[in-house]
Amino acid sequence: MRYSGAEIIIKLLEEQGVDKIAGIPGGANLPMYSVLAKSNKIQHILVRHEQAAGFIAQGIARTTGKAAVCFATSGPGVTNLLTAIADAKLDSVPVVAITGQIPSSLVGTDAFQEVDTCGLAIPITKHHFFVSSAKELVHILPEAFRVAEEGRPGPVIIDIPKDVQLEEIEIANWSLEDVAATIVDVEKNIPTASLEDVDKIAQMINESRKPLLYIGGGILQSNSHKLLYDFAKKNTIPVASTLMGLGCFPSNDSLFLGMLGMHGAPYTNLVLNETDLLIAFGVRFDDRATGKIAEFCPKASIIHVDIDPAELDKNKSTNFSVAADIRMVLDELILLIDKNPREEWMAEIEAIKKANPFPISQNNDCWHPLNLIRKIGALVDPDTIITTDVGQHQMWVAQSYPFQQPRTLLTSGGLGTMGFGLPAAIGAALANPEKKVICISGDGSILMNIQELATLADLKLNVTVIILNNGVLGMVRQLQELFFQQTYIATRFITNPDFASMAKCFGIKGYDLKNQGNLEAMLEKILSTSEPCVINIPIDFRENVMPTVPPGAGNHQMIGGKKHG
Amino acid sequence: MDKAKDVIIQLTVNNHAGVMSNITGLFTRRAFNLEGILCGRLKNTKTSKMYLLINNDNRIDQIVKQLKKLYDVLEVSICENCDYNIFDNVHELMQGKQ
Repeated sequence: MRYSGAEIIIKLLEEQGVDKIAGIPGGANLPMYSVLAKSNKIQHILVRHEQAAGFIAQGIARTTGKAAVCFATSGPGVTNLLTAIADAKLDSVPVVAITGQIPSSLVGTDAFQEVDTCGLAIPITKHHFFVSSAKELVHILPEAFRVAEEGRPGPVIIDIPKDVQLEEIEIANWSLEDVAATIVDVEKNIPTASLEDVDKIAQMINESRKPLLYIGGGILQSNSHKLLYDFAKKNTIPVASTLMGLGCFPSNDSLFLGMLGMHGAPYTNLVLNETDLLIAFGVRFDDRATGKIAEFCPKASIIHVDIDPAELDKNKSTNFSVAADIRMVLDELILLIDKNPREEWMAEIEAIKKANPFPISQNNDCWHPLNLIRKIGALVDPDTIITTDVGQHQMWVAQSYPFQQPRTLLTSGGLGTMGFGLPAAIGAALANPEKKVICISGDGSILMNIQELATLADLKLNVTVIILNNGVLGMVRQLQELFFQQTYIATRFITNPDFASMAKCFGIKGYDLKNQGNLEAMLEKILSTSEPCVINIPIDFRENVMPTVPPGAGNHQMIGGKKHG
Repeated sequence: MDKAKDVIIQLTVNNHAGVMSNITGLFTRRAFNLEGILCGRLKNTKTSKMYLLINNDNRIDQIVKQLKKLYDVLEVSICENCDYNIFDNVHELMQGKQ
């Protein structure tokens, strides 16, 4: 039978199990859209800006663990998509972006809407493919999904010129074609740990007196949160998490120390100073987590397990490191470690906690952002998916929301992209129709992809957008206050839209809780509904995220740890 | 060139458009130094061989690990018995014969 390139693309996407694609059509990807129109397996989500298509794909991928797809046309369609692709790279999210390119005959002529997609893709993707004939698609499409999902996941761009989408070829047998089209590709080894490696790790743990787990996104990527829990419980090892690891260990468990690093609790960062064995699982020693790297865990030996060999000994030299899937290591390791109550270490941690509590614990003001977020956490089911934007509200969520399950926090950790929250929430809701999704945002971030309220109105998903509104770019203002002698510039908004009315203009419900007498009752009422809505909650612009580790300082040198104490 | 100061990394790569910019892009993106490149197609294969001349600092391990992650890079090794004069000859070519 004869197939066009576009037909091959859509057929192969259907075979990959893709059922939703976010995107925007344009001149260079119209052949694909024309075939997509006939697909009864794939739902297309028309967004209002390509960046949102990338973040919707991320919302799907981050909640399911499977690669999700977005479409964009050449030129500005591609450049608009790039922020979401770079974001996926830094947080290791499997996304396959399929972009239209101008016809091959025009490539290199500065044609209308021509941009060097592959050149732009190099530093921000795991890999990119330029397709020069329809025949290659049979190999490249499945290969792109394999690359995106295998090992440490990441984004892949497939750039397809319009003439390749229109080219017709004869395909008699799909499986044979795939073999024939295979280009030179040596099988890359998936790293594994040997039994000796695991023995060595078990021995180091059993011999340690004050071990500490430092966990991150690798735990959810490897789906090993349950094993991790049993492992930590058996040997009584306290757990500190990165932003990306939140949800992988129940936040109400006595072993959980919360997030470490720049905005970690005082006791968490001080426990880092005392541990004699840091067990780093699925983390990359990011500067926001470690503070000044030379002063990170000064008394500890370090064990590091990560699936990406390049992360081992990258930022911090370790005593023992293995490139492997954490779940495979934990499977064996849990059998080899002693059952140990570690009473002395637990007592020491208890004392550190008592002497250095989280600074807000005595403040009962229900309008305080930390209390608001705790209240939201208390009102909704534990499987509720929370997305955030970037800034103060993001850190307040990380500090105080009671995460219990992995993949319930979607946040832009590595790139720190304002505008992530709303489209990621739409993606999460599309992939999880039975769950409630809450996007907690700020008045700065939400405006960076506000146009997607129109997409939300189209789809009528169970997404609640909560805007913690302080009228400023709060995190930057905080940096100006603390580290630039209160020189405030370009952080206060001269005007701020009426968000509740704006939501209504987009065709969804809007609430303003300003001057609302019974804040908690109102929140409870709104959160019990399942329609899309926007809630504006004014907060005090003087509230800062505390404690904070000054730039260049060690984690133990945090400031603001005792402000409210 | 100075054998104590420099290292040659030897790569086997898929031979198609864009591979060279993937490799040089990695060096730019990670702020690794790159002093010289020699590249040529291997006969009767779809692969090329590449030699990269690099200052020997403490980032060599990280450079090799990052190169191994590139999709089109098939083999990476530090060249122990390469003829370092090759790059000297290139150097002469660049500077012009005195």
